Amino acid sequence: MNYDEKLQNVTVLGAAGKMGSGILLLTAVEMADLSLKPENKGKTFCLNAMDVSPQGLAGLMRYLKVQVQKIAEKKTVYLRSLYAERADLIENEDIINEYVFDVLNIVRPVTTLESAYESNLIFEAIIENLDLKNKILSQIDKNNTKKPWFFTNTSSIPIHILDEGAGLNGRILGFHFYNPPAVQRLVEVITTDKNSREMIDFANQYAKNLKKIVVPSNDKAGFIGNGHFMRDALHGIHEVERLTEEMPFVEAVYMINKVTQDFLVRPMGIFQLIDYVGVDVVKFIMQVMNPHLPDEDLHSDLLDRLYDQGVKGGQKSDGSQKDGILRYEKGKPIAVYNPDLKDYIDISLFGKKVDEHLGSLPASWHPWKIVNFSKGGKDSMLETYFNDLSNLKTLGSQLARKYNTRSNEIGNYLVSSKVANKAEDVNTVMLTGFYHAYGPINNYLKS
Amino acid sequence: MSKLRRKVYMAAGYNTISMGTGRSEFNPKKTRPGLEHYIKEAGQGTLKQIGGARNVDEGAIGNFMAPRFNKQGHLAGFIPYIDEDLQYKPCIRTEGACASGALSLVSGIKSVLAESAEVVLAVGVEVQNTMKAIYGADVLAGAGWFQKRKNGHAYFFPGQFSDRAKAYYEKYGMEYARKGMKQWFINAIENARLCPTAQEYENKVEDLGTLYDKMAPNGKAFVDSLNVLDCSKVSDGASGIAIMSEEGMKRCGIRRDQAVEVISYAQVERNITNDPPDRTELTAIKKAAKQALDSAGITINDLATAEIHDCFSIAGILTTEALGFAEPGKGAQFVADRNTARDGKIPMNTTGGLIGWGHPTGGTGVHQAVTIWEQLTGNAGSAQIEISKDRPYGMTINMGGDDVTVVAIIYKRADS
Repeated sequence: MNYDEKLQNVTVLGAAGKMGSGILLLTAVEMADLSLKPENKGKTFCLNAMDVSPQGLAGLMRYLKVQVQKIAEKKTVYLRSLYAERADLIENEDIINEYVFDVLNIVRPVTTLESAYESNLIFEAIIENLDLKNKILSQIDKNNTKKPWFFTNTSSIPIHILDEGAGLNGRILGFHFYNPPAVQRLVEVITTDKNSREMIDFANQYAKNLKKIVVPSNDKAGFIGNGHFMRDALHGIHEVERLTEEMPFVEAVYMINKVTQDFLVRPMGIFQLIDYVGVDVVKFIMQVMNPHLPDEDLHSDLLDRLYDQGVKGGQKSDGSQKDGILRYEKGKPIAVYNPDLKDYIDISLFGKKVDEHLGSLPASWHPWKIVNFSKGGKDSMLETYFNDLSNLKTLGSQLARKYNTRSNEIGNYLVSSKVANKAEDVNTVMLTGFYHAYGPINNYLKS
Repeated sequence: MSKLRRKVYMAAGYNTISMGTGRSEFNPKKTRPGLEHYIKEAGQGTLKQIGGARNVDEGAIGNFMAPRFNKQGHLAGFIPYIDEDLQYKPCIRTEGACASGALSLVSGIKSVLAESAEVVLAVGVEVQNTMKAIYGADVLAGAGWFQKRKNGHAYFFPGQFSDRAKAYYEKYGMEYARKGMKQWFINAIENARLCPTAQEYENKVEDLGTLYDKMAPNGKAFVDSLNVLDCSKVSDGASGIAIMSEEGMKRCGIRRDQAVEVISYAQVERNITNDPPDRTELTAIKKAAKQALDSAGITINDLATAEIHDCFSIAGILTTEALGFAEPGKGAQFVADRNTARDGKIPMNTTGGLIGWGHPTGGTGVHQAVTIWEQLTGNAGSAQIEISKDRPYGMTINMGGDDVTVVAIIYKRADS
């Protein structure tokens, strides 16, 4: 079965979710483009959008229509050549509308698993629950005579565990998109020894067609992305716990968040990132990873406590940030949650004091947005800034150095423990998947 | 055409801001003023300078595609919306693609010549930022023959002029041609920076030439032979001006030094169903300009300034050749040598033209007239150039479609 044939019948599980909807969009567009090739004329392409929520599927179709239209608008020059034989399609608008129809026409929103029994390829993007994943994947596999391939979007569960649990005999690999899949260019591909060459080649071809940057990761819990993020987040939490001995909790959270965002020139502070991903999701990923990491304890009592108090963060349906460890106004943190008081404390009440305690940033500092998008000048900007920061004796400088050292350790550990094949892969994941301006394996801020 | 049978003047020009990308006020995600706002602002801007609407006998409004950009036809009905004293006065809407504005001027000139009006209020308007550029390209393609749309480029008119640029490159050399086109772009932005209503007024790019060089034409993303800097702006805007007889001038209290006289005009049409006879020539512009110059009894050497229809930088180059400032194939050099810059031999588009000031399609013809009026009467503010007594004339060239509808008008300050 060639590439095009493999993509003639596909199912996305969890299609209405945050990740599933993006995977569905990208796959629908890829399948539609294949269906429009002259050699595929007359062949039926079918993409089952499977989700247990009918409401979610209704929203998914609206999302798809809007997104496909945007995609079509960006590639109208190409689409005009694709529809050149259609005399009835003359204006750009005619062509864009037809393309939107052709893409949506491939998608079948369904709420039952049976549709997947005919698929050659199944993308799994349901919640990170091993038992549930095993149950669903094995049920599909038992009822599908085509010996389908399973691509899982898990960001934490080792693939071989899923393979064994669902009895798939090597017909599963990790294809981990980053959020949002339609925008983020990074994909971590996690293969196992049992995967066939054909399956791996297909995965790479599919990623290439989607214009994704592929970073191979080995089959260790959390892979590269969460392998770094979870440990990095835990370090931030431990720093807060340490600082809480000398200052109020909310001040410590604000301090570490500021150090990680401003002093380390990251797109957001570590607690904002936890909120962005979701306190519940971070807690859950740690929980999934921890049993597979016998030499460390990837767990946070603080996250458990916050979760129990209903502090979850995450995104609203319009993409805006829900309150989590921090409270937000127009996307910016304005308050910090105090679990003792079960209430938020305005940053305006203590922010200035903490800023003074941290000390000033060097004059050579620029915010992440400036540094990251500075064409050609990024490396020298970072080098100058971090040199200047190293020379400061302030608390901010000390905490930043410590944090960067830990990030560096985590990066190197991912290589030494063979999660990543090389340092460059770790850095690529953090640069493209987390939008960091520099990779964790760096020579900045060496003490 | 011989000399005009009656003196015709223009005065009281007014331009709204040319709104669109480049202006800090512009936010495509927010609700913006509509067509009515622009018509009213431009119309009232002119009426205030001529003693009010009671002095106006007729109205003419140039517009290209409001029925598609704004779902609004019947624009003549918006002239009385400008001022209640225009209620029940004869009004007309003119359409000739991007030359619609100049056709409203022609309509007004003819009314004055016919003595059916002593004062005509001419307004040109277009509000284009109502849709994304990819759909706007469909609308603007209406300036070509629809039978050719299917095989045309997604960006139809950039595609048409990309083909002209390609023909010019093949005949005279691409590197050579693009030197001239680059200078045309630089002139446009530098001039626009002197005009507060220009869309590129706030452009702060220090090295425009390097910016231009970095953006090589890319047919996969846009068209084969032009980059986006070679193109005019997508604009919302309107302009107004009063067209008057001698008597009309008196009625409105306009001093002669604050008016320009229309010395001559010419309007030509080329068959829209035909491809250009030679893509490296603008034959309709050539004919219209010659007719206007001959009627005025002057040559291009008598012109102090000209407003040229630079919908694309290549159109600017080709127009310098069509007008006779450069021989065929020498236009790029003529422009590269800064002859059309504001301190050059013949300053062109002194407030930025269509690339720098903006191109609200149906309004452009009137905007060009306003700019010439400003320059010849000393009302151009920071953009003012020196007008010498031995070369007192100004000229506008407004083009619709791919060199299909062309209006050329020659002006001189009324007291000179």
